[in-house]
Amino acid sequence: MTLLSVKNLRVTFDTEAGLVQAVRGVSFHLGRERLGIVGESGSGKTMTGRSVLRLIRPPGKIEADEMVFDGIDLMRASEPQMRALRGPRIAMVMQDPKYSLNPVMRVGAQLMEGLRQRDRVSKAEAHAKAIQALEAVQIRDPERVMEAYPHELSGGMGQRVMIAMMLIPNPDLLIADEPTSALDVTVQAEVLSILDNLVKTRGMGLIFISHDLRLVARFCDRVLVMYKGRIVEELAAKDLMNAKHPYTQGLLNCLPRIGGNREALPSLDRDASWAL
Amino acid sequence: MALIEIENLSVTFIANHREVRAVQDVSLSVEARESFGLVGESGSGKSTILRAICGLAPVTGGQIRIEGKPIPTPRGKGFARKVQMVFQDPYASLHPRHTIDRTLSEPLAIHGLKGTDQRIMQALTDVGLPTSFRFRYPHQLSGGQRQRVAIARALMLEPEILLLDEPTSALDASVQAETLNLLSRLRAERGLTFLMVSHDLAVIDHMCDRILVMQHGRAVEELSRDALASASMTTDYARSLFAASADRMLDG
Amino acid sequence: MSTLTTWLRDPNPASRMQSRLGQSYLSWLRLRRNTLAMIGLGITLALVLMAVFAPYLAPHDPITQELSRRLLPPLTPGNILGTDDFGRDILSRIIWGSRITLYIVLLVILTAPVAGLLIGTIAGYFGGWVDTILMRITDIFLAFPKLILALALVAVLGPGMENAVLAIALTSWPPYARVARAETLTVRSSDYIAAVKLQGAGSARIIWGHIMPMCLPSVIIRVTLDMAGVILTAAGLGFLGLGVQPPLPEWGLMISAGRKFLFEQWWVATMPGLAIFIVSLGFNLLGDGLRDVLDPKSASK
Repeated sequence: MTLLSVKNLRVTFDTEAGLVQAVRGVSFHLGRERLGIVGESGSGKTMTGRSVLRLIRPPGKIEADEMVFDGIDLMRASEPQMRALRGPRIAMVMQDPKYSLNPVMRVGAQLMEGLRQRDRVSKAEAHAKAIQALEAVQIRDPERVMEAYPHELSGGMGQRVMIAMMLIPNPDLLIADEPTSALDVTVQAEVLSILDNLVKTRGMGLIFISHDLRLVARFCDRVLVMYKGRIVEELAAKDLMNAKHPYTQGLLNCLPRIGGNREALPSLDRDASWAL
Repeated sequence: MALIEIENLSVTFIANHREVRAVQDVSLSVEARESFGLVGESGSGKSTILRAICGLAPVTGGQIRIEGKPIPTPRGKGFARKVQMVFQDPYASLHPRHTIDRTLSEPLAIHGLKGTDQRIMQALTDVGLPTSFRFRYPHQLSGGQRQRVAIARALMLEPEILLLDEPTSALDASVQAETLNLLSRLRAERGLTFLMVSHDLAVIDHMCDRILVMQHGRAVEELSRDALASASMTTDYARSLFAASADRMLDG
Repeated sequence: MSTLTTWLRDPNPASRMQSRLGQSYLSWLRLRRNTLAMIGLGITLALVLMAVFAPYLAPHDPITQELSRRLLPPLTPGNILGTDDFGRDILSRIIWGSRITLYIVLLVILTAPVAGLLIGTIAGYFGGWVDTILMRITDIFLAFPKLILALALVAVLGPGMENAVLAIALTSWPPYARVARAETLTVRSSDYIAAVKLQGAGSARIIWGHIMPMCLPSVIIRVTLDMAGVILTAAGLGFLGLGVQPPLPEWGLMISAGRKFLFEQWWVATMPGLAIFIVSLGFNLLGDGLRDVLDPKSASK
């Protein structure tokens, strides 16, 4: 079943230096599965993710032949309709929890705010649901975390709180934009397994945006490789090592390996034709 | 005699009336022309050691010696010609309102060195940037190009020691490869000594001869490159760090 | 695209001059998109042109009295904005008065922000007791209402245009010191300052060459926004008879003179008032537009 289908998505920015095309005709569809979008900075992967929520600020402009989420035409939806979608149906986790949590509000209050205002549940019920959500992301002492301010949490803890907050309304689609890049490797693994677990048990769709090809391959079902605003290759994650496109191969080869030789790392020779 | 000797170094900050012990009793020594790596997760104090050497963090205990002599406080111009640093974030380490030309000529002006034009052209060529970039502003460059400028700036005074604070962690994988290659080449050409900090074991392994694993401001374990590759570490923490980086092993 | 704009937009400038002009050109393009800022710029330019060409623009002499034609209403042939109680053409006086206004504005721009920038960056960069002393002095100046302090200074120094300027400058530097200090505190701990420290640079070089350029945009924005206030303070001093002395055509002085006839001959006070209003508005609009263009946070993108 298709949850989200995007056809010929284009994002353009009208700047002093002329028109800049950040995304140039991206098409994909997503079921209740884990889709990875991989690319280097400037490849348009983040813009693609944000376009789905129509979160591109002017002078940026989104155009698409089709962008349908669960039967709703996202290109035609009014702003109030979009607001009703963002959060309850499509949630987004950003790279750095420091900038996504309100610094002057206790974590508990932020978790309960949506429940109290949108769903009009009682205070006790909201509290119970918030605790439940924190437990779902494997926070051991949820009561203490509820009372903490964001700056009192470590990076990994903050990111878990963000994920918990996004998952409270039980969305159908989660867009995670580099959710673990700001975290230490050991914490990264934990956060990923939490995400993985949640996607599996709740049957969500997940768009996982990252620059780390190997991470995405390990974690997702399907991978889109983006280069300069276009998809250059789409493949099943398990076939990543047999990638056909020279860009994907180059990305894989240029990483240093533990125990590898000390010779110069192979560099990525960008072919002008990839961007066409 | 080792080129850099650090003996029981402690760094303590006062933040919000609370003592933060960023580094506690860390000792290490780096031979001339060696490349030494500091690995650890955020908050392990690895970057603070570099900053303490440069005088950007207060040394509250222990001693830092270079060529056997304790380093002076304030560090001064003599120190500047011996030790330079490359910072983590190339978007924050170049002055946003100075052209590349100004950034690179500043150290020459401070030390009253002649031949500015020729030196700047040479420095740009050395780090693989076209000389036509000379009058660009940092925001007209990509992250990798900026980091090349930062490396060129660090080398303007021809130091022996380069402190590298996560020099590639803000860069894309392909750009990281190019930058690491550049650093290796410059080290070989100029006989530089590296003291490098990274959270990425694979990067450290690629660049360094010896590695010190740090946690919570303390040294956990010193490893040789072979010991890392054969996973023969003796402490639990070093092992768990290694396990989390398993996808960076040679066989993928 | 003409050769000039291609030269300005050249991604690989061949000299410092070209790269600086290229950046200025891009800022100009950004400013041009802001209609209100362009209106502000237009008003400011009009003021400058009016001051420069005053002898050619003014239909009458601003000082010569013609008592037979006193207190004529606006739209009288020969006196479009009417005449005052000495029969002087109000339009001519406003046009000549723009010179005085501009003179005061320029003198204040050349003194107060420079002093504020210097004090603010020094306090912010060194911190500690230097910061405490400089900032407490700033606080003392800030604790007085601007006009009252200016009044006190003029009372001591004696009335006159130069003393009025001095008084305004002395009362308006503290906010710039504040702005510059705040900006310095955010810049001080950045990596690019650490890098230049590591190269052995002295404090003077760091403050002058590296910190001040970062504080300049906020100070410039603040200056344009404050210009309206400076004009008003100058007018206020003139109104109270402590600034520019009669018969010079200063706008505040003209309002003061028109006060006596405010109900019967409203135009005598209203016309210079309108002039002050329009010029203040112009500076404010320009300042708002410059904020969008010069703000280092938006310019870095």
